[in-house]
Amino acid sequence: MATWKEETQNLAGSDLVLVRGGSGKPLLVLHDELGYTGWMSWNEELAKDRELIIPLQPGFGKSPRQDWMWRHRDLANYYLNVIRELGLEKPDVLGFSAGGYIAAEMAAANPELLGSITLVGPMGIKPDEGEIFDIFACTIKTCLRQTVFNHEVKEFSEIYGGEMSPEQFELFEDARAESARIGWEPYMFNPSLPELLRSAKNAKLPTLLIRGSEDAVVPQDCIRKYHDALPQADIVTIKGTGHRPEIEDSAEFVAAVKHFLA
Amino acid sequence: MQIAHFTERPVRYIDEAPVLQNRAFFGVSNSYVDREKSAHDYNFYLDEACFCEEVGFDAVAINEHHGNPFCSGSVVNIEAAILARITSKAKIVIIGNMLPGVKHPLRIAEELATIDTISRGRLVSGWVRGAGSEQFFNNANPAYNREMFNEAHSFIMDCWTKDGPWRYEGKHFHYRHVNPWVKPYQEMPQQWIPGVLSAETVMWCAEKQYPYLGLGTALGPTCDLWDMYADKSAELGYQAGPENFGYLLPVFCADTDEKAQEIGKGFVFGGGQNAFSRPEHTLPPGYNSKSAIRMLGQQPGGSWLGVSKEKLMASSDDSWDASAYDALKAKLIAGYQKVQDNMQIVVGSPETCAQKIKDILSVIRPGVFTCFAVQGNVSDKDRLRSVELLGKEVLPEVRKHADEIGLFGPFDRTPGSVKLAPGTKRAPVVDREALAKLNLP
Repeated sequence: MATWKEETQNLAGSDLVLVRGGSGKPLLVLHDELGYTGWMSWNEELAKDRELIIPLQPGFGKSPRQDWMWRHRDLANYYLNVIRELGLEKPDVLGFSAGGYIAAEMAAANPELLGSITLVGPMGIKPDEGEIFDIFACTIKTCLRQTVFNHEVKEFSEIYGGEMSPEQFELFEDARAESARIGWEPYMFNPSLPELLRSAKNAKLPTLLIRGSEDAVVPQDCIRKYHDALPQADIVTIKGTGHRPEIEDSAEFVAAVKHFLA
Repeated sequence: MQIAHFTERPVRYIDEAPVLQNRAFFGVSNSYVDREKSAHDYNFYLDEACFCEEVGFDAVAINEHHGNPFCSGSVVNIEAAILARITSKAKIVIIGNMLPGVKHPLRIAEELATIDTISRGRLVSGWVRGAGSEQFFNNANPAYNREMFNEAHSFIMDCWTKDGPWRYEGKHFHYRHVNPWVKPYQEMPQQWIPGVLSAETVMWCAEKQYPYLGLGTALGPTCDLWDMYADKSAELGYQAGPENFGYLLPVFCADTDEKAQEIGKGFVFGGGQNAFSRPEHTLPPGYNSKSAIRMLGQQPGGSWLGVSKEKLMASSDDSWDASAYDALKAKLIAGYQKVQDNMQIVVGSPETCAQKIKDILSVIRPGVFTCFAVQGNVSDKDRLRSVELLGKEVLPEVRKHADEIGLFGPFDRTPGSVKLAPGTKRAPVVDREALAKLNLP
């Protein structure tokens, strides 16, 4: 196992809890709207030649909530300042779902600061066809089941199997509350984002778009619209997976990311 | 004591099946709206309010909900504005205006001031955060619910007291030119705050000296909340009394107990209040405080605010056989008896109703008592007969009892006016011995 540790640093004006593991060129990982799921096998694989830096989003129970953050855009600019204060040189950024939305906002705000972005099932752009699944209007179990195509996947049950402890329940509710606070309306997208990404397009920021072929949270059209905004992007579709290809088919996912980052 | 009549203005023409199939009132498709029957219902409820005034109720109370046939009052201020003109002496009680859902406090300030002016000072205002489900229907960000509630309330108070034009730049609301050319007819309308066991709301009411209205809450927990209010008010230097408390109770009266029992089953039509909204709509993200969520998380088998963690953890798309109406109805009817045993609803002849209401008032000692009219598909005739019997036969008995045990309403004694010196022990606000004597299950 790669060693990973959880540490708190005062960055960009507030305390931020970071999970750090592995060694090599830094890879900033932005978890999704339901919170950090813990160190999984894909983390382990990527950490073999990368240092993974995973900020636990402010307001998600561990890093304190920042009252001034109204939008994912604000969070993105906060993370850009975190990158500056950590002294990271053009880190690659890997974002999942709403984490992909944040990564895209970072790229729009300052593409020169980043090495690349990998967006996995990214929210953030309103699709013309289909809707981004409303995670706020369903029970916890329905919400979690919606995220995977294959419910029998081993790591899915490792994360969410068994009785949810009071602490897990509270973290989950913290994540939902903070996601609602910054993403309720418009629901998990920024109407300006396609135009704002012009900066990342002009900078030819290397971009990878990953989507599970059976994703029931983020429609295919979101990927199309991201690709319209960032025509330099590569697209990888991981067959037989839903919104969490990183745990549903870790091997394919890791191979795609490693190939892109190589 | 002030006695009010309250109705949700239920949609009476809908069958039970669509509600049961939907597992809740909230979200039943509006494809079932019948324009003609709807017109009848809206007009009937206004006429019913006039009849309440005629037979002796001090106040008519209405509320607001959206997206469901449980309550047809989608825009409560419009109904209140009509009542302002067609009634002549009854207080018009709004319980309440959903501040975070409407998201336009200047408009609410103007609407309410208009109602108070047309009625020449008969408005009693009330503020609510809106049920969890309302946040979805109004697309109101639940994570900002409490903040928006507090800010909107504070802004409306300024609208009613400050001379304009003035400028407001808040967190959630922004108005660069505030100058409403209508002010409340009363210097300040009374504000009664309805709630269902939210400790935060109770404390807020105690701070503001607003009467708190328990919405049919079980008597034991209601006593606990009243004590919490009274402790806080003692800290703040005043003795809480009946004028600080109101209680809303489902009541249905008919000429005989048998007939009342039959028609009173409307309270559990479609599952009644327990079927107002599905679990996933009841606790939207960020709607409840961190401490409330912690309480819920630590009660795995229990229920809190009508939703157990178990229900929240369940998948919403299985284990529901919507066709099993007979079994469902049997369950609902069993619930009907249970809430009567708990004295959370009162159904019967005038004698039965009067006695039960007096017993309840003796325990929780509210200064406002509100009769919540029956739900379900009950005819105009039966509803009006209930109002008539309550007004002519039950209310005089209840008033007499209230006078005997000193239940001052907020219009008899101003809430917060009985001062308490620092360090002085406060007087009791409930009668727990009377509660014990009821031998509730």
